[in-house]
Formats: sequence, C-alpha cells, structure tokens
Amino acid sequence: MISLKQVHRDFQVGDQVVHALDNIDLDIADGDYVSIMGPSGSGKSTLLNLIGLLDRASEGHYLLNGEDVTTLSDVEQARTRNQLIGFVFQAFHLVPRMSAAGNVELPLILAGMPADQRKARVAKTLEALNLTDRAHHKPDQLSGGQRQRVAIARATVTEPAVLLADEPTGNLDHKSGSDVINILEALNKRGITLIVVTHDAEIGGRAERRIKMRDGRIESDTLAEARRAR
Amino acid sequence: MHGSDVSRFAWGALRGYPTRTLLMLVAMGIGVAAVVVLTSLGEGARRYVTGEFASLGTNLIIVIPGRSETAGLSPTTMMGETPRDLTLDDALALTRSYSVRRIAPLNVGSADISWRGKQREVTILGTSHEMLAIRHWGLSQGKFLPATDLDLATPVCVIGSKIRSELFGAQRAIGAWVRIGDRRFRVIGVMGSAGRSIGVDIQETVMIPVASAQQLFNTPSLFRILVEAKTRAAIEPVKKFIIDTLQERHQGEKDVTIITQDAVLATFDRIFSALTYAVGGIAAISLIVAGILIMNVMLVAVSQRTAEIGLLKALGAAPRQIILLFLSEALLLSALGALLGLFLGQLASMLLRRSFPDLPAYAPVWAVATALLVALLTGLLFSLLPARRAARLDPVLALSRR
Repeated sequence: MISLKQVHRDFQVGDQVVHALDNIDLDIADGDYVSIMGPSGSGKSTLLNLIGLLDRASEGHYLLNGEDVTTLSDVEQARTRNQLIGFVFQAFHLVPRMSAAGNVELPLILAGMPADQRKARVAKTLEALNLTDRAHHKPDQLSGGQRQRVAIARATVTEPAVLLADEPTGNLDHKSGSDVINILEALNKRGITLIVVTHDAEIGGRAERRIKMRDGRIESDTLAEARRAR
Repeated sequence: MHGSDVSRFAWGALRGYPTRTLLMLVAMGIGVAAVVVLTSLGEGARRYVTGEFASLGTNLIIVIPGRSETAGLSPTTMMGETPRDLTLDDALALTRSYSVRRIAPLNVGSADISWRGKQREVTILGTSHEMLAIRHWGLSQGKFLPATDLDLATPVCVIGSKIRSELFGAQRAIGAWVRIGDRRFRVIGVMGSAGRSIGVDIQETVMIPVASAQQLFNTPSLFRILVEAKTRAAIEPVKKFIIDTLQERHQGEKDVTIITQDAVLATFDRIFSALTYAVGGIAAISLIVAGILIMNVMLVAVSQRTAEIGLLKALGAAPRQIILLFLSEALLLSALGALLGLFLGQLASMLLRRSFPDLPAYAPVWAVATALLVALLTGLLFSLLPARRAARLDPVLALSRR
C-alpha cells in the first residue's frame, strides 16, 4: 500500500525554485496496475523516484505499508528499497562487466544472502523469464529485449512488493517492447504492484488505472473519476 | 554483504578495466620495488663495511707505543724524549684482566725469504698463536703458530698462499725448511685465501713467533699489542685497565695510544643506517605519488561508473556498502601492486647480489614491511575521498546521466 500525503518536491535551478511535485495526494493499493503519463517535465519521473525512495519529499509524508518512510535514515531506506522495491529503467542499467546472472545476483549480494541460496534464486528467476541459456552472456552479447528481461529479472529476484518501470520500452523496438510489457503485466497478475511511467499512450492505456500529470500536479486519475461517477 | 562477495566484486571491477588496473599496478609496483632495492643497497653497503671491520677483529683494542695526541708543551716535548717501547712483558701484563679474552703481540719487519735458490722480500709478522682467533683468519694447510710462551723463539713459520705458490709452486710446502734473513724456519702452515685484511695482504706475509721476530730484527720492542675484550661492554673497562697497567709499568708515563675498532665500526654503522633510512624515505615518496595516482584513478572510476553507483543505490546499497566496495577495490589494487613491487624488488636485489657477490644486498625486513604497509595505507587513504564521493552521489542524477 503506497500512500502520498500532500507531497511536494522542489528543485533549486539557478535562483529559481521549480516545483517538480506540487501537493500530490495519491493512494495505490497492493496489486494495482498504474500508468503515469504526461509530457516531459510534468514530474512523472520525480514521482516514480520518490515512490522508489531514490528521492526525498521536500514536504509531506509518504507511507509505505503503513510506515512513514520519509523519516527513515539512508541505511533503512536502502534496506527498504532492496526488499520491497524493484526498478526497471529505460536504459536497462546493466553492469557491463558482469554476466546476466551476475547482474541478477547483485541485489541478493547487497542483501547479504548466502551464495548457495542466491544461485537457486537467480536460476529460478532467469528461467521464469526464459533467459536460462543467456545466463552467462555479457550485456553487450544480448539484444535490447533480452537486456530489459535481464533487468526485470534483477528487479524481481528479491520478490519485491512494488515494481517501478520508468519508460521500460523507450529503448526497444515495437515487438520487444510489447514482449516486455506482457512480462510486466504477467508479474502484476501474480500480485506485484506495477507502476509504469511512459509517454506512449498505447502502453499507458493498457493499465487499469491511468494517471496523467502536468506541471507537477495530477491532472487526471481514472480511479478518482470512477469514484466520482459512482 | 559478505566479505567474499565484496572481494569478488572488487576483483571483477579491476578485471573490467584492465588498462587502468595494469597502470596502477605498475605505479604501485615501482614504488614498492624502489624501496626494496634502495634499502637493500644501503643495507648491503652497511653489512659490507661492518663485515670488513669484523674481519679485522671484534671487540678489538689496539695498543700503539707513543702518544699520538699533542697536549701542548710538556717536559717530554721539551726534552725530546722518545716514548718507552712496548715489550713482551707489557703484553703479558695485559692478560691479567678478567675482561680480556686474549692478546696477541705484533712485530713487523721485512726480510728475505729463500728456498732452494728462489728468493724474495716479504713482510714478516712476528706474533703469537692467539692472532688467528683475534683476526678471524683461516688456514688452508697445516697449523698456525704453536701456543707456547711468548718469549720462546721457535723456528717455525706460517706463510701466505701467494708466497707458497711463488716459492714452492706445485711442491709440498709443509715441513720444508726456508731461510728468513740469517735464520732457518720450518713451514708449518699456509694461510687460507679467506683471510681478508685492510692494508696488509696476509697472502704476501710470513708469520713467525714474536720472540723469533725480535731476534731476527734485533729489537726488544713491539709494534702493536692486539687485545680482544670479552664483550663489547667490556671494551671501556679494558681500555682503562690497559692505560693504568702500562702507566704503572712505565713509571707513571701515559705513553701509549689506544685505538678501538668498535668505535670506528659503530660510527660507520650509524652512517650507513642513516643512509639506508634516507634512501628508503626518498623511495617512500614514490609510494605517496602512487597513492595520489590511485586517488586520481579512483576519482575517474567514480565518474566513469556513475550509472553503476546509481544502480547499486537503486538496488538497495547503503552508502557504507558503496564506500566498502570502492575501498576494497583500491585496497586490492594496492595490495596486488605492492606484491608485484615486492617481487620486482627482490628480483632486482637478487640480480645485484649476483653481479656484486661482495655486496650482501638484502632488503632489511623492516623496510619491506614498511613499504608494504605504506603502500596499503596510501592506497586506502587516498581512495577514501573518491569512495565517499561515490557514496554521496544522488542516485536520480547518477541514473539519468548517460
């Protein structure tokens, strides 16, 4: 359960203060499939980073599973990120010198899991994403779609509650892009909360709940509209 | 995060950038190798000089007749009185101290030696049985002068190996009778080539009992008395004992000069130790330079791997873990570099010893340990700043940069 209450995020650019997030109130239930859309600079990535604990709110509160995470220390935030949150990036962000399996293993290493348990988990996750025969390939030996699948494996190997995807298809052709979206949606069907940031209307439109942002505010939210209609 | 995982990550990072790693290893290696080679040179020189002095004798006190110091005007200078001679009885008197291990009188002169028509002039050393032990000499054949009373003029001699080969060639020298001056001596021993001595080459001398030398040169006096104290600490008391005893025997005149080898030796020892420290310190500067290089390289690594650091943070790495990863990488780098340097340094020292067998160029243990420690410490210290910079990177900015 993600709950943002009157969250502001201000950036100092030169002598000007930019309100990247301006008084955001947002609740996302467990297992939801949410897309966040909007033009660049509308604050959608900032919102995603804030939900992923990569960024801190300038004002307001963020409750994750009922716990106020705005006041957590760096170390506690890092642990929460490791256990509860998975990231999928537009640029994949695989470590180039490590094999696919090595990349997937990274969050488990950071969590301090023993090596034999890690191996089993990595193998299982790679298998689920049809990457077993690519386990020992380096990122530069993989296609874009395969790289993003490795990144998804890495994001889900810790079995997080929330999966955050920032333009996951931005660097992919149409076919690989829709493959990636299918995988993400399949994961969502098995219970993971999926939040996708995109400016592709076709992809954004597939989500059950669609949020549009503009100038740091939520312009429209299909859930809120449905409630109002009722 | 487990230790083995940290080192595996660091190792992977080093292997991921081979050129960078190799350059750093060479820089660190040269630093450590320089310390090892330079200190081994210094230490080798020190040991060489110490060894040369030790071959003259340890805890050695040399008594010379006459005073070498000029103490202004005294009755003796006015009257031009010659100093009293040192005699065999003086030498015997010096054996009476408990702190004296052994003494050897020494008389020097030159005379002709001949055997079956072959003749040459040689330096004759009149001395006693104890001389061999005092000077750490060795024999290649036969025996040294017999341990008899000092005033017994036995007609025997020990010859240097060069004299042996010149006079006897391939023939047997031991037992032969040679003529020295107007007397006949039986050869009982040949000096070994191991015997070194600064000044006189003992291979070109002939040694006879001191009483025989006094008869040969028709003199009751001695050239030197060599006294060996039992311990280094005993040197000063023995010196005092010698001065007092000889003053008493010479009617109250302080007319001998006393030289201790150890005073000279200690000075040389100090000089060469200081020299070793100095060159070691200069070489250690290259380690600091290597440390600064490591800092530069790690700073570059941090900016090169910004995205990786951002990713690690997104995956849940705490700042401390990031610091740990980068420090381990630097530490591994400097440890490998230090080992490489140690290997190169020891190799170079070995080549030095091969090329100059007289120079015992072994790097002292303290220098090797310090070099390794300084290498690790500088590596660690100079990568603290880059590691902290990495840990402080804003993950959002780090990930958005490409």
